[in-house]
Amino acid sequence: MTEAAQETDVIIVGAGPVGLFAVFELGLLGLKTHLVDILDRVGGQCAELYPEKPIYDIPGIPICTGQELTDKLMEQIAPFSPQFHLSEMAEELTKLDNGNWRLKTDMGTVLEAPVLVIAAGGGSFVPKKPHLPGIEAYEDSSVFYAVRQMEKFRDRDVLIAGGGDSALDWFIALQPIAKSIALVHHRDGFRAAPHSVEAMREIVASGKGQLHIAQMKGLEGDAPNLSGVLVESKETGPAVIACDMLVPFYGLTMKLGPVAEFGINLEQNLIPVETEKFETSVPSIFAIGDINTYPGKLKLILSGFHEAALMSQEAFRLARPGERLRFQYTTSSSELQKKLGVR
Amino acid sequence: MKILVTDGHGVEHEVEATDGWTIMEMIRDAGLPIKAECGGSCVCATCHVLVDAAWTDKLSAKNEEEVDMLDLALEVFDNSRLSCQIEFDPSMDGLKVTLAPDAIM
Repeated sequence: MTEAAQETDVIIVGAGPVGLFAVFELGLLGLKTHLVDILDRVGGQCAELYPEKPIYDIPGIPICTGQELTDKLMEQIAPFSPQFHLSEMAEELTKLDNGNWRLKTDMGTVLEAPVLVIAAGGGSFVPKKPHLPGIEAYEDSSVFYAVRQMEKFRDRDVLIAGGGDSALDWFIALQPIAKSIALVHHRDGFRAAPHSVEAMREIVASGKGQLHIAQMKGLEGDAPNLSGVLVESKETGPAVIACDMLVPFYGLTMKLGPVAEFGINLEQNLIPVETEKFETSVPSIFAIGDINTYPGKLKLILSGFHEAALMSQEAFRLARPGERLRFQYTTSSSELQKKLGVR
Repeated sequence: MKILVTDGHGVEHEVEATDGWTIMEMIRDAGLPIKAECGGSCVCATCHVLVDAAWTDKLSAKNEEEVDMLDLALEVFDNSRLSCQIEFDPSMDGLKVTLAPDAIM
């Protein structure tokens, strides 16, 4: 599928706090932005890993949670109307004859801009995969790490693995449509919300679903068709749970992903940059926030904010060749205040 | 003071120990390939270690948050711990742990 390219000044890969603040710094200079993020919401690690955990080291904000910081940043950048492409992975990067970058996502979105900024933190969030030999051969046929269409699970023998909200919510939701449903978890205790645990236990008590306190050890079947999962219980030893669909929910982990194929020099999965412009080994590609490395680097949100401000200066020169950059303060500049919609 | 950390290749590393630091911090500071993605906030389970049998009873017990978060480890054993939740004190001099597969970069 080829979609018409959407043109902008700067493409930002990653909508975590640093990517969001880059929108602000670029916006003050009059640059428009599009952001791509694999998660279904903005905020990156702040929203995905610790939305409820307090952060104490944002200058001027004695305490805020990851979600509150995200919400405040969204409020701060609203005047610049950034365009978000969420649940999309930045997949393919090409250099056009006119010097612009063309970035294609896994959903077919095509973006073009003279400047690319990688603010991808620890990389893309991807599901953790159980260490079961040969599991890859079953993926997308019998093994899924998310439920996208419930209909796929109709009249199937479904085994769900894990003890959190995703695992229990889907155990409960798929029970009425699956032929059989079972849950496997390593302990008889669950991290999920108490009402979900209660609903799950009711299904098990009524005999409409099974609960196995055990660990998965292997897969059985003729790949890609699963016929059962070998489990081992501390009390009762090994057993096979018959199923033709397995849905493991062990949370997310971070992988650098396709950014590694963009032709940028890497150092242990980080992107080396210089500290004047935060440009990578490839001109007009910048890296800011946790994903970059340089002598003295500290992985702090505030470092990323500083890097975003300096990067923006050079991004302006690249996106507006021939124009003179005017350095101004938001406190005194009526031009900046107009951009911010406060004047 | 020191702790002994076995990596994914079965190689044991002697790591300098500091009173008050967490085991994860000492492993990370020594440059061993531990993921520790959330940086010690107990929200990711990627600093999962297996504690040597001789030491399991000598460590303070897991709190509820650690028990819950261990659910995100891919295989959990009786000696599974999240190394960001174990604070070193001198009684742990010589502690032996092994990086679990899901904690290795």
